[in-house]
Formats: sequence, structure tokens, C-alpha cells
Amino acid sequence: MTARDLTTSHPPSRRRAPLTRALKRGSGMASDGHICERRRAAERRLRVISGHLHQRAQDGHAAVSAQECKAEASRANPAKAAPVPKRRHDIMKWNGWGYSDSRFLFNKKGQAEFTGKRYRLSGLILPSLKDWFEGTFGANLQHKSPATPALNVSAVPPPNLNESFVEELKAAGVALSQEPEDRVFRSHGHCLHEIFALREGRISRVPDLVVWPSCHNDVVKIVELACKHNVCLIPYGGGTSVSSALECPPEETRSIVSLDTSQMNRILWIDEKNLTAHVEAGIIGQDLERQLNESGYCTGHEPDSMEFSSLGGWVATRASGMKKNIYGNIEDLVVHIKMVTPRGVIEKSCQGPRMSTGPDIHHFIMGSEGTLGVVTEVTMKIRPVPEYQKYGSIVFPNFQQGVACLREVAKQRCAPASIRLMDNEQFQFGHALKPQVSSIFTSFLDGLKKFYITKFKGFDPHHLCVATLLFEGDREKVLQHEKQVYDIAAKFGGLAAGEDNGQRGYMLTFVIAYLRDLGMDYYVIGESFETSVPWDRVLDLCRNVKERIVRECKERGVQFPPLSTCRVTQTYDAGACVYFYFAFNYRGLSDPIHVYENVEHAAREEILANGGSLSHHHGVGKLRKEWMKEAVSTVGLGMLKSVKEYVDPSNIFGNRNLL
Amino acid sequence: MASKSLYSGRDPVLKKRDDFEDVLEERRNSSDLRYALRCYTPALYKGLVPCKASMLKSIVLQSDSLQYVVGQVSAECGESREAVQEEAALLLEEMAHRLQLGTIRFFAFTLSKAFKALFRGVCVNEEGIQRLQQAIQEHPVVLLPSHRSYMDFLMMSYILYTYDLALPVIAAGMDFISMKFVGEMLRMSGAFFIRRSFGGDKLYWAVFSEYVKTMLRNGYAPIEFFLEGTRSRTGKSLTPKTGLLNIVMEPFFKGEVFDVNLVPVSISYERILEESLYARELLGVPKPKESTSGLLKARRILSEDYGSMHVYFGHPVSIRSLAQGHISRSQHNLLPRHIPQKPTADTQAFVNDTAFRLVRLQEENMVLKPWVLLATLLLQNPDGMDLSTLTEQADWLRRLALAFGAFLDWPDHEPCSKVISSSLALHKNLVCVSGGRVRLVVEELPGAESATEEAGFNRAVSVLSCASYRNQILHLFVRPALIAVAMQTANCSRKDEVFNCFNFLRNVFSNEFILCPGAAVQDFEEACYLLGKCGAVQELQQDLVMSQSGQTTLAFLCSVLDPFLQGYQVVCRYLCEELEENLLENKFVPAVRSFTLQLILSGSLKCYEALSSDLQKNALAALIRLKAVRRVKAGDQVTLKVNKIAVNSLEDTLGKTNPCLRRL
Repeated sequence: MTARDLTTSHPPSRRRAPLTRALKRGSGMASDGHICERRRAAERRLRVISGHLHQRAQDGHAAVSAQECKAEASRANPAKAAPVPKRRHDIMKWNGWGYSDSRFLFNKKGQAEFTGKRYRLSGLILPSLKDWFEGTFGANLQHKSPATPALNVSAVPPPNLNESFVEELKAAGVALSQEPEDRVFRSHGHCLHEIFALREGRISRVPDLVVWPSCHNDVVKIVELACKHNVCLIPYGGGTSVSSALECPPEETRSIVSLDTSQMNRILWIDEKNLTAHVEAGIIGQDLERQLNESGYCTGHEPDSMEFSSLGGWVATRASGMKKNIYGNIEDLVVHIKMVTPRGVIEKSCQGPRMSTGPDIHHFIMGSEGTLGVVTEVTMKIRPVPEYQKYGSIVFPNFQQGVACLREVAKQRCAPASIRLMDNEQFQFGHALKPQVSSIFTSFLDGLKKFYITKFKGFDPHHLCVATLLFEGDREKVLQHEKQVYDIAAKFGGLAAGEDNGQRGYMLTFVIAYLRDLGMDYYVIGESFETSVPWDRVLDLCRNVKERIVRECKERGVQFPPLSTCRVTQTYDAGACVYFYFAFNYRGLSDPIHVYENVEHAAREEILANGGSLSHHHGVGKLRKEWMKEAVSTVGLGMLKSVKEYVDPSNIFGNRNLL
Repeated sequence: MASKSLYSGRDPVLKKRDDFEDVLEERRNSSDLRYALRCYTPALYKGLVPCKASMLKSIVLQSDSLQYVVGQVSAECGESREAVQEEAALLLEEMAHRLQLGTIRFFAFTLSKAFKALFRGVCVNEEGIQRLQQAIQEHPVVLLPSHRSYMDFLMMSYILYTYDLALPVIAAGMDFISMKFVGEMLRMSGAFFIRRSFGGDKLYWAVFSEYVKTMLRNGYAPIEFFLEGTRSRTGKSLTPKTGLLNIVMEPFFKGEVFDVNLVPVSISYERILEESLYARELLGVPKPKESTSGLLKARRILSEDYGSMHVYFGHPVSIRSLAQGHISRSQHNLLPRHIPQKPTADTQAFVNDTAFRLVRLQEENMVLKPWVLLATLLLQNPDGMDLSTLTEQADWLRRLALAFGAFLDWPDHEPCSKVISSSLALHKNLVCVSGGRVRLVVEELPGAESATEEAGFNRAVSVLSCASYRNQILHLFVRPALIAVAMQTANCSRKDEVFNCFNFLRNVFSNEFILCPGAAVQDFEEACYLLGKCGAVQELQQDLVMSQSGQTTLAFLCSVLDPFLQGYQVVCRYLCEELEENLLENKFVPAVRSFTLQLILSGSLKCYEALSSDLQKNALAALIRLKAVRRVKAGDQVTLKVNKIAVNSLEDTLGKTNPCLRRL
């Protein structure tokens, strides 16, 4: 599947998901002497991971179980949580991020709270969010901009069906739907303009049909029929794209069929001798990880969108995971790929770990963004679940020092599984998400206070910034590793700031996508975008892009100063990945989305002018297409075009991304 | 054209300019000592990296870019790295400023005394100061004052101190360093010293450029330098030098700063301290070497009245806005930024264009005194004028100048005659009124005939001194004047024909006046517009014709250019007639000068301005540019090879511009 889900989600994005179920099991079975040692290790880890994101195990999961009943036949594996249902809108928002039961809102007392029971923050009050929100954006709780409550089915254009195609599909026994809800759900990713339009009830071109293949052969059949009847196929994985990749090209006159890979979600085999797993490409991140965990393994691939994004989508967009320092990015993890194209199936003949057989054909597939075919099955590296996991955080007097430290860590090649550096604005943002004192947080708060009074002396609260860390591995090695990193940090004026602070940083990543929906209820719109850049230009790029955003907003009549903030999210030998968050209050603007898009465009220009790349992992889609030629040269673009020309001469995979 | 936005579509007359305030007024009413010792807390750049002058040096010496060049130089010349590094440290030592508040306070005190003695007032536009204060906080600032006098940079620092603004570091020529004590004083007041020429010296360039860039990037202090490179001896702006401008723009091109604000500053003097000094220099009396004793001797100037001066801080010009759409910053993506790179042709063109536009901004905000108009008229009437005629014509010229957008400081409420008489009084060393006639003052030689070289020289001093005031208004008239001459020369009134002539003349004179390269069409249109507006010409469909009332204006404009046309012609004539096979370049000026002097003494040339070495050098540069003369380097010496046919035809063409010149 090629999912078009850009793996990394949306801007802000989300990180991990419900490992809850497994956790529950874990606590229930911990005393069970029969489970093997590995299993036990896995559960320890799960506990740690889910601990910071999810409800405590004993909270139970009424909502989820209810849905499970609705979902169709769950497979035999008792550990498996509900797979992604065909009717995604039953459990997920049709016009916002994530699960329908989980959202931020300001309650009657004006306090922010997060609903539902899925996440660690669920059900908690966030007392300082309101002040931060109003202070940062100049927003006001009196000024609401609510979304259209429900999809107006009559606004959805009737499907333009290719009858004979539909007939033959039905005859082949492929599940399909032409319900407006299903079609609208698959007509978009999570770009700001897409969600904004949905909230206003504006529906543009949507797929005419949704099909759900259940295996590789189904896909082969669908693609054959699509070629035969000349219909346009748009693969759909997790739907977390932030590059306009899922938008139906308005100029497309053929029938558009959304190929939803979600039902191809099995792990077909695990090879413990070679540490690989063969997986259907429609599986979403959290399910893959959970199922592998049960055998004591993991892929370690954790993009921020892993709750919803799919394996096929990762492949199709060259995804990157937060723990790539240990496990690698998707291109390092993939051993074998099977993709169905209009020319037939492309795959390699063996699973050799490295080959010199001309240009690697995997690299035509990875990053093809659904323009060449559907990824159906992937063989991926797996690793034993690590014994021990530990969070950490470091406070630096300023962003420069923080970047210098990350650079040194990268130079010594001792980066932990994850190391991220937030700038001062994000540090403050993180503080706004402090929940009302509850037992788990009290110690943290106390620690923080002490921390402020003693160690923070000399740190200007308006300049300091925080790095969050995640270590993984053998307990002993983790502790050793931790010391090494903290020693380096000390050389750059960094002070260890505790595990809780670190955990909280990762939580921010995951709630921020939900927070955008809250902002949109009160005239605040925002988005994130990313780049990669050589080390020596990181600081200059961050400063210039942030300032460019502020200046462009001002020039375009935005009435309030925007939030313009960044963080370094990945380190490499030769550079880093930088993420920008950008949001503003749009009251007083007649066309806020237009303003937003202009500013983002200017920010991207600024990134490119400062030596940053067009994208580190979000991909190009249609949003960043205009810069492709500049990014890869005319000849480079010609190469890609000729591949497309050969593989898909009739443009069956007609989402028009990339080229 | 880079900053098209700066100019396009503007009507110079509608240009709003700020009001002035006299900074000396308060000095005359309160204690200078208290002023010098007052609390000084300037607003600083928001991205300032605090750092002491000494630390600055070590940052520069350790910088990647300098280290890179040190490695390169050491590999090239076989010296050890340490030796080269040591050399770099010495260069930096020689160069670096040691800005100290104490010295500034000392200057604040002494200069207050001196300025009060010299000037009636020092007028500053306060709004400009406020804009500058804002600009300093937002982005690194580069101050670009015009340069007419040694006084300029002392005055700049003095004013910034007065308004509690960050004190600049100033690029100064090495000349000062030989002045014992004074050189060091200047260093401590923020001057850093650069050699006048260091063409091939890689290490020097690296030290120097990194020093400037480091101060800029860290927001250490506003950086001040003179685009014109040296003091203009003629009152005309000089063709800008782009070396330093390139350096201060580079951090923006390479993304090291978000933006840089360039602030043009126009400093105008009612009477220039160096007035007759300049005239003598232009006539070949070498400029006295800067020395402390010379300075002390010069203190008698304190007893003279130099009128008032005006300092106008222009609008900050953002490099980012200028570069938008002209410069692709991503061209630096593929090379480490510390490796020195020659600017690309694009970049060079942009920097050059920007330099010209900034000089034009300086010109536009120069305050013109009534005397400038009088000097213009008097030079056109070398035999003197009746006071009444002068008054009448001055009034006419005033209106013309205003119509062209002159920034004229003409007292509104006073009668014209009074304004004129007080102007004449202030410049009594240059003009005198006797028997109702106004004439230039020429130093009389006891008992000598008026036709000797000495007498001619003395007259030339007066003319050139006077011309240095007339030249201040040339930037206003030069484009319309080029059209006026072109209309006279062209065979017909067709616009394209006139434009061709205009373009030819513009090209010839582009070393003489500030004419932005490549902006011929824009200049032509701007000038046509002005001439149309003042009623001198009419633009018809295809034609440009003189209107009935335009005769006076066009004749006046032609005579504005006349000395230059004649001067260039003389140079051409010299090259055609007099030249032996190999003329050394450094002998060119003296040779032309004596040739010219002979023409004057023989009575065949009336134009004393042709004696100006500035004009002669510009003419030579133009001829070289037009490929009529070739420079040939042989060892240390440069000889000039003349293409007589080309020079001759150029002279002919210039001759056609004014029938009465043909006799020459």
C-alpha cells in the first residue's frame, strides 16, 4: 500500500499509541511464571512506554472495547487490539486528528482538559494551558470558531463510477464502498488547509469509490482492472499525510478509486534466525509494534504518527522514526519490498543484506509517494525488545549551547535512541501542558521547583532550552551511555533535568496534533514542517526561518504575533533534522488559509536559501512539488519522470505527487 | 536593477524630508563636562553576543575562515602555520580598534568646544535618529555617511553619543595611524585602520574581512565606513567602492544574519573646512601628510565661521528586501561557508548597483545652501555679475532647483536679497561685492602680470573652490542637463535620437557623476519627466521638443555641463596632439595640466576647471573604459597606449555638443 500517509504525521504529531492493551495484559500476567524471559522484558518495556502516554492499566478501556465489537471479526490472536476498521469514521474524527473520543476542550470553568481514556493526559485538567494559549496567541475563549458538527452528505459530489470496473471488482470479491463518509474520509491528509476546509464543511473532489483489498493478490487484481478500465488509483494507508499527497487532483476526469490498505495488516512470518519479519504493508505502526512485542521483538521504527500511519506509507514516503539512532530510518530497516505496478510486480529475488546490482530498485519505490504502485508486502528487520529504557532531559542556558552539545554527541556517535532539542518557546509550551497536580506529577513538580531555585540560577528563563533523551538497551549499557551523554552536556553548560521532564517532552510531540484542533476552535491555525540541514547551518537556519515567519505574518496583516518555534529532532553524522511549529491567531483576516500558505511558502524558501532540504521525511506530495526541480536538478527530475513513464504510462497511479 | 523599489515612480518633489534639530543648541546652554560624563546607555541589538574588544580579536584569529586562509598561505609560501598565524595576529593588532567610552567622553567634551567655535549649528533630523535606534535593535546596522571632510566621522560618533545610540566602529584609512597620539585616540574612539591597497594579499584580506564580519554577525557595534572610499575633494559624490560593502553583505548572503540595515547618512557643510586645501590638491599641490603638528597648526581654523552643517540619517535600507529576487542565497549551499569565494557576477552586479543607489540616497538628502546656487551662477559668469542680476537669477534657479526636488535650506521668511548677502558674507574668502558687482576673489600677485602661470593658478584655486559648491547641486541637474545637451546635439527631435545622444554622453560621464550602471532608460525617463514638469520640454508621441519657455532652462542646463565637456575635450586633444609614444600613467596628470595651462594662458581656453586633476583622471578612466586608451603594465610602471583615431573621434563628437567649442 502505498500509503500515502505520510508517515510522519502531521505536524505536530503524534507519537505512539495505544499499547494499552498489551499493557493490561502485562500487568495481569506479570506473575505468570510460564511466560518466557523475553516476554517479560517486553512487558517491562511496554509498561515504560505506555506509561507516559496512556492511562494507567487499571483504568480499563470501555471506549475501545465497544469499538472492538463493532469492528469486524477480530483475528484469533487474543493480544491483538482492534485493527483499523473499514469505517474509520466510526472511531476517528472526520474533520480533525485522531480518535473521536479524545480531544482537548475548554470546560465551563475555562480550564483546558483532554477527554477520553486512551492517553495518559486523558481526563486530566491542564490549568495553565488557557493562560498560555491566550497569552501566546492573543486568543480569547469568548471568540469561538467552531467546526461544522457533522458531514453534510448532500454536499458530497455523487460518485463518478466506472460501472464495468465496479462490476468486475465485485465479481472478484473485493470489498468496496461508495458511501460519502468513506469517500470523504479518504479524500484528504492532515494539512492545515485540508482540515480547515472540512471544518467549514467544504468538500472538494473526493474519491468515487473506496476498495479494501485483503491481500497481495487482491491488489494485483485491482491494479489489473484499473489498467483495463482506465481508472485512477490512489493508495491510502494511514491518512496522516501532510504534503497534500492524498488530495484528488481536481483536473482528474477518470473515476478515482481510493485503495485502502488497512485490511492487509497481518504479520505473515517472523524469521528469528535472520531477525526479519514479513508483513503486509497496510498494518499501522502501533499494531505492528504490539504484535511483534508479543513475540519479544520490535522494529524500533516509531515515527510520530505511528498510531495511525502504515508500513506501506512509511516506505512510500521514506519515513523516519524517532529512534532511528538505534534502528535506522525506513531505508535502513527494509530488506525486501513487493510492489504492484501497472507493469506487474516489482521485487528482488533474494533477501541478501546488501547488493551491488546497479542502482537499488528499492530507492525507486521508497519515496515514490504512490505514483508508481502499491506496496503490498515488506520484509523488515526486527530486534529483540530492549531490556531497559530510560528517559532523560538536559537544560541548556540557550539554544546555541544545546545545538553545540547535540553536534558533539553526533560527532562522538553516542546519540541515545532519541535526542531532541526544544527551543525556549517549546519549553514554555511544554510547561503549559502541565496537568493539575496528580500523584504522578507531584514528584516531578517538586523536582522542578527545586531545580528552578537551585540549578537554574544564572539561566535566563527566556533563553534556556531543553533536550529530551530516550536511552534503550541493556541496563548497564544504558547507564553507562547516559553518563557519557551527560558528561558531554556538562561541557556545554547543560544540566541534567530529570526523567519526567524528558517524558513530558515526548508527550508534547504526541498531543500537539490534537491541540491544533483545539486552536482551530478559537481562531488559531497552525502547522509544522521539517527539513534537514548540515550542522554548521543549524543555528542560522533556525533563527532565519523563525524570524522570516514572524516578519511574513506581520507583512500579511496577521494581527497578533505568531508562535514560531523549532526543535532539532534527529542527529546525523553530517547534519540534523529540524522541525518548525508555526501557528497564529487569524481573527481579522478574510482568507486565513491563503495567508497561512503564503507564510509557509516563504518559510520553505527561507529554508532552501539557508541550505536546508526540501523535506527530511514528510515528503513532497503536491505541496512542495514546485521546488523539486531545484532540489534534484533537471536531470534528476527527468530520471524520475522516465521511471514513471515506463512503470505507469497511463498514469493509473494518478495522485500527481512529486513530479 | 536591484532596489528598483527605492526609486521607481517617485516624484522627487513630493519627497517628504524630516525636520532638523540643532544639537549644539543644548551644548550652548549647559555644561559640556556634565554632558561628557552623563550616563550613556544605548539600546543594543537584540541578537547581541556580548564580547570585549580583546575577545573579538581572538574570535577572529580562531575563526574557521581565517584558519583556512592561514593554512592556505602557509602551504603556498612554505612558512609554518604558526608563523603565518603570528603574522595574522600582527595584522589584526595593527588594524583593530580599541573603542573605549572614556575616549568618547573626552571627545564629547573637546568636540563640543570645537564644534561650538566652528559651526553656527549642527542640525540633525531627529526622526532619522529614531529610525536608526529602531534599526539598531532589530538587525546589524551599517552606517554609510558621505565623505567631504575629516570632520565626518568625528561628527558621526559625536551625534550618536549625543542621542544615546550605540557607538560605531569606523573603517579608516591608514593615513591617520602615522599621526602620533591622534591615531591612537581615534582607535580608542572606535576607528579601525585599513591599508589603502592590499590587492593580492590574501592574508590581509582574510583578517580584515573576518574582523568586519565578526563584528557585524555578533552585533558588536554599528559598522561605519565611507562608500566613496575617500573624501571627495570636489563636492561631487565619488564612484562608490564595493569592497567593504561586499564584506558586510556576505553574512546575509550566507544566512549568518537575518538581515542587515544599511543607513545612508548625508553630511553637508555650509562651508567646508578643507575648501582651499582641496582646490590646491586638485591643482597638484600634494595633500599635506596627516600629522599631529599639522593638526595643531590647523587650529587657527577655529577662529573662522563655517556656518552650519546638516546631518541627515536616511531610511534604513534592508539588504534582504533589496536582494529579494536578485540574489539566490542557496548558491552558497554546496561549499562550506568559511572558504572564501569570489562573489559571482550576479552578486557583484547587485552589490555594485546597491552601492550606486546608496550614494544616490546620500546625494538626495544633502542639504543645499543658497550659496550653492550662487556659486553655480557665478561660475557661469566668470567676469562677475551685477548683484541685482545675481539676485534675480538666484531666485529663478531656486525655483528650478525646488521643482527638481532639491533639499534646499533657503530661509522662507527672509527677503531674497538678504539671504544672498549673508551667503556672500559667509564666503567672503571666495567672492567679493564691489560697486554692485559680484566677482570671485583671486589672490593678487604683487606686481606680476595677469598672464603668468602663477596668476592662472591662483584664479584656478578660486574657480575650483567655487566649483566644489556648485558641484553639490550637480546630482540634481546632471540627468536633465545630459538631455539638454543631447537635444542640442541630436540632428532631430526624435526621442530615440535624443536618447542615443543622451546615452552616449551618459556613458562618457559615468566616471564623473553618479549614474547607476544599466539605468540609462530609467534616468532618461526621470529626466524627461522633470523637464516636462518644469515646462522646459514637451514630450510628444515620438518627439521631445523644447517648449517656448524652455530656452532659459535648457541653456542653463547646458552650461552646467559645459566645463566637463570642455575638460574632456582638452584631455582628448592632449592625447591626440602632445603625446609621445609611451606616456607613463603617473605622468599623465602633470602633463595634461601643463598642456591645459598653456591653452588657458594663450587665451584659447577659458575653462579653468579643466585644470582639475579629478576631472582629468575621470576623463582618462572613461577613455580607458571606452577602449580608446589602453593601460600596459611593464614591471612596476604603467604606460598608456592611445588609439588616436578613437580619441579623435570622441573629441569630435564631444565638440559637436557645443558649436562654440569646436574652435578649441
